[in-house]
Amino acid sequence: MQKVMNWIDARFPLTALWESQWGKYVAPKNFNFWYYFGSLAAFVLVLQIVTGIFLTMNYKPDAQKAFESVEYIMRDVSWGWLIRYMHSTGASMFFVVVYLHMYRGLIYGSYRNPRELTWIFGCLIYLALMAEAFFGYLLPWGQMSFWGAQVIVNLFASIPVIGEDLAVWIRGDYTISDITLNRFFAFHVIALPLVLIGLVAAHLMALHETGSNNPDGVDVKHQPKDPKTGLPLDGIYSHPYYTIKDLVGVIAFLIVFSVIMFFMPEMGGYFLEANNFIPADPLKTPEHIAPVWYFTPYYAMLRAIPSFLGTQVWGVIVMGLAVLIFFAMPWLDRGAVRSIRYRGTLYKTWIAIFVVSFLVLGYLGVVPVTVWGQFGDGVPLLGGADRATVVARIFTALYFAFFVLMPWYTKIDKTKPVPTRVTS
Amino acid sequence: MTTSKTSRAAMALFAAAALALAAPAMASGGADLRMERAPASRLDDASLQRGARTFVNYCLNCHSAKYMRYNRLTDLGLTEDQIRDNLILGDAKIGDVMTVAMRPADAKAWFGVQPPDLTVISRVRGADWLYSYFLGFYRDEGAPTGWNNLVFPNVGMPHVLWAYSGQNKLVTTEFENHEKAVGAAIATKALALVEPAPGGKYLLRTLAVDQPGSMAPVQYRAMVADLVNYLEYMGEPSRNKRITLGIAVLMFLGVLFFFAYWLKREYWKDVH
Repeated sequence: MQKVMNWIDARFPLTALWESQWGKYVAPKNFNFWYYFGSLAAFVLVLQIVTGIFLTMNYKPDAQKAFESVEYIMRDVSWGWLIRYMHSTGASMFFVVVYLHMYRGLIYGSYRNPRELTWIFGCLIYLALMAEAFFGYLLPWGQMSFWGAQVIVNLFASIPVIGEDLAVWIRGDYTISDITLNRFFAFHVIALPLVLIGLVAAHLMALHETGSNNPDGVDVKHQPKDPKTGLPLDGIYSHPYYTIKDLVGVIAFLIVFSVIMFFMPEMGGYFLEANNFIPADPLKTPEHIAPVWYFTPYYAMLRAIPSFLGTQVWGVIVMGLAVLIFFAMPWLDRGAVRSIRYRGTLYKTWIAIFVVSFLVLGYLGVVPVTVWGQFGDGVPLLGGADRATVVARIFTALYFAFFVLMPWYTKIDKTKPVPTRVTS
Repeated sequence: MTTSKTSRAAMALFAAAALALAAPAMASGGADLRMERAPASRLDDASLQRGARTFVNYCLNCHSAKYMRYNRLTDLGLTEDQIRDNLILGDAKIGDVMTVAMRPADAKAWFGVQPPDLTVISRVRGADWLYSYFLGFYRDEGAPTGWNNLVFPNVGMPHVLWAYSGQNKLVTTEFENHEKAVGAAIATKALALVEPAPGGKYLLRTLAVDQPGSMAPVQYRAMVADLVNYLEYMGEPSRNKRITLGIAVLMFLGVLFFFAYWLKREYWKDVH
């Protein structure tokens, strides 16, 4: 065995690659619950790629046959239903895991110097993932697939001057059609998976270059070395410690995943929407078009922003900024410490406001704007307005305030001193 | 299982309906529908077989189930010969999907809309909706087919099972406010629709038997329950397998988790 390895290592740095990326990678020993979601995201990525390959074997990217081929997979292909449910459940669980992973990054300041590039690669992964999910959602060619895509592509049409041409360019047609389905299929199964894999590799390489952050935000990599092991005082090897710990995480995740997939694959209409079991009909607009849950915070913002100067583009800009603003995190945060554990009340209040805003907007994006009725005519300024729209505007403002005010509140916040060693 | 003769009566009704144009389907806006819960019996093969018989005799004349193959019905404990003899009414082969001979253009002319494919209808509507729908038909002389439905107002479909269920009529009661109307709706313990009316009042719409059918109401409900059970099966034929496999997978993962967790603790003993 050693001879084989020597032969390979003389020609390809296999051992060096393994050791630098995982085998001898030194990680802080105090990772908590929140640190499972990185490895889980990688696990779901593999799951989606593998199940996706098998789905592609029987799926037909053709407006006449797409819906039928999905039912064919669900009925006539051996274990097709299982593969399809893994993929549809996996899509939603990917976002669950990624949102929790991002939240971890926020509360422990994982985006801060020196990990800015890891964070930026992560933000790019998030963007690519949104595109991947959007393209994939058209493929079953149900009513929600069709009209969801219609709504999103029309967003681009609202851009002044070039908008209409841009929308036609994206669709390849004047409406969502067979041509659109074909190109979205190409993006979904080839283009974006390639981009995602490349970005994930970059994300991990950047992380393994700087070393991982931890719940205390302590700089473990530059701690004095333990004379016995030669490792930083609070560092341990990823392998076998985090290999086995993440394995436990993956199994726990699979239990949750299986409960959903085997007993409620539709997840009450959130993972698989009822209307998507009706084949796409360009002549019949559904009463209520709601995107899948993971897009709803942004969708709520889009709907909440009124048109101004005769164009709807402002909602699109706000929605875009809401996603892109994550990129600026490393430079918005002026706090003296990384981790929420040593932050003051100001930061804690604002992160709470941010989480509540995200959740409220997520809920409002699922329901019609009329859900809470209208303000009475007697109410000044707001008379007759949809209550839900007004609430969505307030929370959109709070969402942005979390970012825009960050340089100020992190700077004046009363932080606690960071210890030199991690707390257990 | 035998082919029911009464399907001819249903066809006669379709012929009558063919003269009329149905209004497009409209969802009831601002109205509050109290549906009845469908009795669940997903593991009952006899119920599924009865439902399949009702389906091929009464639904499959106008509605297709074009993603469903006849030989899949072996799931319900039937042999291919039984399926061929009892459930394939036309000249379809055992491996064929359940298509319908009616041309889309004719369907549109007769009913105003093409009757939707029913393969996955249970996944769109849900069992309770379907169950309530079959209980929701009532005579409405103003409607093109002579039938209307409490669950699906102005539906294009006539009441195919009327000979069994009998004929219901609509009963409308006015209440001065929403609470009272909803309270009365709950008290009926049956299908009920509460609708806003002019002057801030609310209307409660329920159904009452006008002419009894050949079945007692309880028998008709059992028949409809079997049909809904079948429609749910057809919407997702792998459902039973999914659930039984899920239980096995969870037990396996539970054991695996135990061992993995134990292994993790062993490894982490030397981390202080």
